[in-house]
This record gives sequence, C-alpha cells and structure tokens, in this order.
Amino acid sequence: MSGFPRGRTAIVGAAVTGIDSKPGFSAMELLARAALLAIADAGLTPADIDGVFSTLPEDPFSAMSVPEYLGIRPKMVDSTRTGGSAFQVQAMWAALALDAGLCDAALICYGSNQRSGAGGLVRSGGTPFPYEAIFKPRNPTTSYALAAQRHMHEYGTSREQLAEVAVAARKWAQLNPDAFVRDPLSIEDVLSARMVSDPLTVRDCCLVTDGAAAVVMTRADRARDLPRPPVYLLGAASATWHRNISTLDDLTVTAATEAAPRAFAQAGVTPAEIDVVELYDAFTINTILFLEDLGFCPKGEGGRFVADGAIAPGGRLPVNTNGGGLSCAHPGMYGLFTMVEAATQLRGTAGDRQVPGARLALSHGNGGVLSSQAVTIWGTDETL
Amino acid sequence: MTEVIHPDAEYAAFVAQGRLMLQRVVSTGELVFFPRLAQPGTGRTDLEWFEAAGRGTVYSYTIMRNKPPAGHEVIALIDLVEGVRLMSRVVDCEPGELRIGMAVRAQAGEVDGVPAILFAPAGELDR
Repeated sequence: MSGFPRGRTAIVGAAVTGIDSKPGFSAMELLARAALLAIADAGLTPADIDGVFSTLPEDPFSAMSVPEYLGIRPKMVDSTRTGGSAFQVQAMWAALALDAGLCDAALICYGSNQRSGAGGLVRSGGTPFPYEAIFKPRNPTTSYALAAQRHMHEYGTSREQLAEVAVAARKWAQLNPDAFVRDPLSIEDVLSARMVSDPLTVRDCCLVTDGAAAVVMTRADRARDLPRPPVYLLGAASATWHRNISTLDDLTVTAATEAAPRAFAQAGVTPAEIDVVELYDAFTINTILFLEDLGFCPKGEGGRFVADGAIAPGGRLPVNTNGGGLSCAHPGMYGLFTMVEAATQLRGTAGDRQVPGARLALSHGNGGVLSSQAVTIWGTDETL
Repeated sequence: MTEVIHPDAEYAAFVAQGRLMLQRVVSTGELVFFPRLAQPGTGRTDLEWFEAAGRGTVYSYTIMRNKPPAGHEVIALIDLVEGVRLMSRVVDCEPGELRIGMAVRAQAGEVDGVPAILFAPAGELDR
C-alpha cells in the first residue's frame, strides 16, 4: 500500500529569480531573494517557516546556514544531496513532515551564482570515482554523451531528433520573459554547432546560468486560507540505481521507470492525463529518455515522439514550458525550476506560455548522471 | 588466492604493473567490478583477484573534442568478455572507425602520466 498523503499538502508560494544576475551576488544572496519572494507570495513572513529544505551547491551545511541567514529557527531541516533531483525528493519528505505535523510551513530553496561568480561550472563536492576519474571524463557531458550514443545505436534515434528537443525548448523560452536565451534556433543551428562530445553539440547541452528558486508548502487546509490557488501534491516518489555511468546496466533505461509508476499510483492518474510535463533536460537526450521512462511513449520511441515539433508550443504534449535547462536556466541543479514551472502552469499565471486549462502537471528531477530520479505529480483543486 | 584487503589500492597497484585484474566470488564464481570489499547485493566477502583476458567490445563511446590545436580523446565503456563493464579510453583508432560493438584489446598505458589500462582496436588474431 501507499500511505502517501495525496492532496493533503500544497505549494502556496513559488518564485524564481536571478537567472540573469550580474556579478556581485553570492549563492546565498540569490537563494535568499528567491526564498523571500516565495514566502511573500504565500502571504507569509520568514518567521512563519518552521521547516527548511535547503541546497547550496558548495555549502554542505546549508541546513544550518540558510535558516541562520533568513532568521528562522526551524523545527526540522533537510539538505538531501542527490544532485538536481534533490528538490523533488524534498517535496516528498516535506509532504510527509507536514502531514505528520512535524512542521507547519516548509520552505524548499536553492541558489547558485555559478555563471557570474564562479565563471563556469561549480564544484558540488562529490568524491571522484577512481575507476572513471583516471580517464578524465568531462562530466556530466561525457556520461550523457555515452547514453545518447547508445540510444542512437539501439533505437535509431537521430541527431535531428535530439535537435528537435533543443528547438522545442527554445520555442517555449521565446514565450517566457524570464528565459536566459530567447533568440531563434533551428534544427540546422543545433546540428552545425560546435561538437562538444559526440553526438552532443554545444546546443544539445544545457545553459550555464545563475539562478535561484523556492517554494513554500503547507497542509491543504491552511493552503485554502492563503492568497494563491493551492497547487496540490498528489504523488511523489524517487529511485536511485547508481552514481557513476559505468555502473548503470543499460544506458537507455533510468530509475525513472521505477519512480514514475509509484508516483502515478499515489496520484491515481495516468501519463495520458498529464496536461504539462516539466522534466530535467540537462541535455537533449534527457528529454527523450525521460519521456520514455516516465511513461509518455514506449522505450525507444522518444526520438520519434519529439519529431515534427510535437513537444513545442502547439504540439501534442507541452514539455518544459519555461524553456527548460536548455534555454531558460540551468544553475547547476535545475530540479526546483521544474517544480516552480509546474506550479505556475497550474495556477494559470504562465502568461504567453500558459497551457490552457492545465489541471495536472508532472515535475521531474534528475541527479548525478541519470543516477537519482524523482517524480512529483501536482494538481489543481479539481483533481482532488 | 590473494586475500583482498584494500581493493582500491590493490587495483591501482595492479594497473601500475600493467595488469587488468578483476574480482571473483570464490564460492559462486560470480564477478565483481568495480573492486569492492564485498559482492554488491549479497555482501559475500570471499573475493579473489584474477587476471582478465583483456578482450572486450565497445558498449558506448564519445569523442571529447578539444579546442584546436589540441586533438580529441575517446572515452568508452567496454564490455569485457568475462561479463563486466568498465570505463576506459580507446587509443590508436581514428574517430571515423569507432563503432559500438567493435572488438578491442587492453593495453598498458597512461593518462597524463598516470598508469591506466587503455584499449585499442583488436588485431586479426583477437577476432
């Protein structure tokens, strides 16, 4: 049985900020800006927050430093480090903690200044794996390129189909004023871009940006008294199969195949009922792999599924409506941005990129190198 | 039988000798890679080292491109004939010749001065 508290907790505040920040802000300052915006969005003050779920890429002790910065004395803290999926895992724990009464208002927050401050990819403190490190892979790109090459070999996925993912993300980004890159992008542009690690060009790879995001969750009864329409958490599940790509049995199948059915069972819905899909697109192969593994198309069909603009605006399935990690933002760990975009769509406040009548949204997180997979399913009050 | 006490250090010492060694569970014959204190999943600790044949096939690969004038490096996942997979580099191979499934053979080498077991396209005698 699943004891997951379906619909008993909700996002009541959400914010992203700092995607285009200029040098001068620390990661903590960006995180705090997002946190304060999300708390205010919820109609609350920092003193109302009694559960803090925090992540700063370079601070293993953010569970203490974030509450200190915000002036909060939380009843419970958590700083799960599963890479970019940490936020979906934290939403799962936050729902259980809220439902059990361990806390009454949970803040999930992240911030990074990796573009303006560090001038590139930040170190996240992971221990090098000696059986790969000696060969000097350039992770994460090397690992995702290995997965892409294998998917192409087994299923006939083409570079053009990978490029479709980048182009669709860009078309969504052009509808999002907060997206970092909004200029036109064609299939040919992606194919002719500088090859980074075959078969991935620089346009198959995510952005490197600053950015911060935060959400506030409460129990559903309290959520209804707060100013924003609650976005209810209907299901949340995660699965972890490996840390390093050389230990994953089949590079075309991820642990999302295990997490997604559990999350869907909790929510009592099927993939066909999902109105908007926000998944973790660090590389174009991710979108293809995860559309398969989350149940939106059969294994091996992801490349053909995304062809002909099928996941772009006006296509058959809205995917990564903010522009994704490929065109909106990718500040090191992107997962919380998929959750904020899911909430924005279900509130109906997504502006030009709004999916009309969206009632059910999936927010997915991926951590490591296809390693940690976490799935959350959210709904409006109509879905309760 | 070599008693396995320090898997990481012992493996690195074998590599420094140019040897590709794997672990085997004495009681079942199952293989373990990467080297560990115990078999994953079962916790069995009756492990012994043995020398791999050094033959395998490419499971997947990527060509890491550098800005000119630097060249490129090939990172690959190799399925050894013994049935385990490892990461390595493929050398002595033009990028256009790389194929998933191609036969490769281990050779002692180094990466930036550090001893490593590399792989090259298998010769006719290996096929």
